[in-house]
Amino acid sequence: METKLRRRRGVWADIRNNGTSYLLVLPAMVYTFIFGYMTYPYMVIAFQRFNYTKGIFRSEWVGFRNFEFFFRSNKAFLVTFNTIFLNLLFILFGTLTALAIALLLNELRKKLFVKISQSVMLFPNFISWIVISYVIYAFFSMDMGIVNQMLNKLGIASVNWYTEPKVWPAILTLMHVWKGAGMSAVIYLATITGIDDTLYEAAQIDGANRWQMCMKITVPLMMPTVVILTLLSIGKIMYGDFGMIYALIGDNGTLYQTTDIIDTYVFRSLRQIGDPSEAMAVGLFQSVVGFILVFGTNLITRKFFKDGALY
Amino acid sequence: MKKSSISQTIMYLCITLYSALCLIPMLLVLMISITDEDAILKNGYSLFPEKFSLYAYKVIFTGGSQVLHSYMISIIVTVVGTSLAILITAMAGYTLANKSVKYRNVLSLYFFITMIFSAGIVPWYLMNRWLGLTDNILALIIPSLLFSPFNLFLVRNFMNGVPDSLRESATIDGANDLTIAFRIYLPLCTPVLATIALFYGLDYWNNWWNAIMLIDDKSLYPLQFMLLQLKSEISMLNQMTMLAGADDITLPSESVKMATAIVTIGPIIFLYPYLQKYFVKGLVIGSVKG
Repeated sequence: METKLRRRRGVWADIRNNGTSYLLVLPAMVYTFIFGYMTYPYMVIAFQRFNYTKGIFRSEWVGFRNFEFFFRSNKAFLVTFNTIFLNLLFILFGTLTALAIALLLNELRKKLFVKISQSVMLFPNFISWIVISYVIYAFFSMDMGIVNQMLNKLGIASVNWYTEPKVWPAILTLMHVWKGAGMSAVIYLATITGIDDTLYEAAQIDGANRWQMCMKITVPLMMPTVVILTLLSIGKIMYGDFGMIYALIGDNGTLYQTTDIIDTYVFRSLRQIGDPSEAMAVGLFQSVVGFILVFGTNLITRKFFKDGALY
Repeated sequence: MKKSSISQTIMYLCITLYSALCLIPMLLVLMISITDEDAILKNGYSLFPEKFSLYAYKVIFTGGSQVLHSYMISIIVTVVGTSLAILITAMAGYTLANKSVKYRNVLSLYFFITMIFSAGIVPWYLMNRWLGLTDNILALIIPSLLFSPFNLFLVRNFMNGVPDSLRESATIDGANDLTIAFRIYLPLCTPVLATIALFYGLDYWNNWWNAIMLIDDKSLYPLQFMLLQLKSEISMLNQMTMLAGADDITLPSESVKMATAIVTIGPIIFLYPYLQKYFVKGLVIGSVKG
């Protein structure tokens, strides 16, 4: 009987056989349909002058005018550059710090110490950027901040950090590393733990010291993971961290020069200026370039590491 | 031997230093929150306050404060949202792992596509407006957080590890699909469900994206968003008082601000041991098995 039922082909037969299972997946399917597939048609408003009351079908078509407006403004280059530049800083310093911590943790012999320090390092990862913005304020506030107090002690006048665009890429990178490096280090450490112990035993017999083992065994064997994770981050380089930038910078226009990214620009166009079509055009530009990058980096990953590709 | 013990000491020092750097900033915020207001205004922020005061926490926990109200909103949203999210994800995960469902791979693809191609924030926003998900509590629960394909695949991969013989013997004993799903599979998958509960719970608790996009009504502000508004309100107020030349009116006080930040991370500290254990486990599963 079982085989007979199996042979009946088609979706409907499968649904009839596994009705309960299909019922169980239905809520997730409906949710994905509404918030995934049904949102795609809205992308056409990039070529319209979208009007909330007229909707997507009766709004006026304007061709590429929204794109023209963006690319003719001096903002296009600035926000694209900032997005890529900040992400590069985050990837570079984040990866280096996490690697260094993972390698150090691996060398330590007191297991309890390693465990406790890992717990501590993970802590910043669980805190929202808004709470972190208060941390930054405690350090960089003009009148009461720790940094200015230290500068005053050294005889240097206070600096109003919130009006100095030049220092913010450094502050943002610092905070990004602070929040995320612990978590990445733990992931890297998991990779190191997976390395075959016999390699180290063989090296020990050959008279290698710990430094040599680290440089000649651990680091080379970690490289695939590091390269894959880095490539995946490079694929996402067009997407800025809106939560971070908006929580830390907010609407402080004096800092836009170095901190305004595509995502905050889109947000302002949509929610503060109230031009959804302009926002969509910029968002579409981001998606298209972003998609090419994701696809390209994934192709590279797949070519060099058979198991590493995302899809 | 001697050389290696020196290098060990240096390595222990490095890690201790880094760990301290991870904690000190939050410790600073905590110390400011329990510092006497006059001491802050006199000496600036400090890790070692001159005079302690719990005034800020009294202000926050006095009945009717905005902080308490937002706290309630955040708790309701997190509890309801996380419970629903786990249910939806676990049920879908069961189907995708059920080997008698012939089209389960097509279903996986259906979910995978939306994970790879996102239309972006503008269509998402317009969709929510169209659905009427603005300025009500459902707008904080339903959009973007209620279901994540990533968590679905985590559950599916875990459930794939449950031996098929269990299902077969249950079927022979006369159990239907619903019984198998809720009585056998879900209890067996407690570890992965705990992990996604943490992912969802943390996302809900730390989320302010839905609020900034969809909520204008102040009485619906969740805690995180209230904290963000508090900061910009203060800087605006201070600017205004500075312009007016009356710089002795600074409301709300420095310690109250920092105390609000501390109570915001309260539940995270409370659940921390549990949190980091399952979180790391989930991340490692997710990054290794995809």
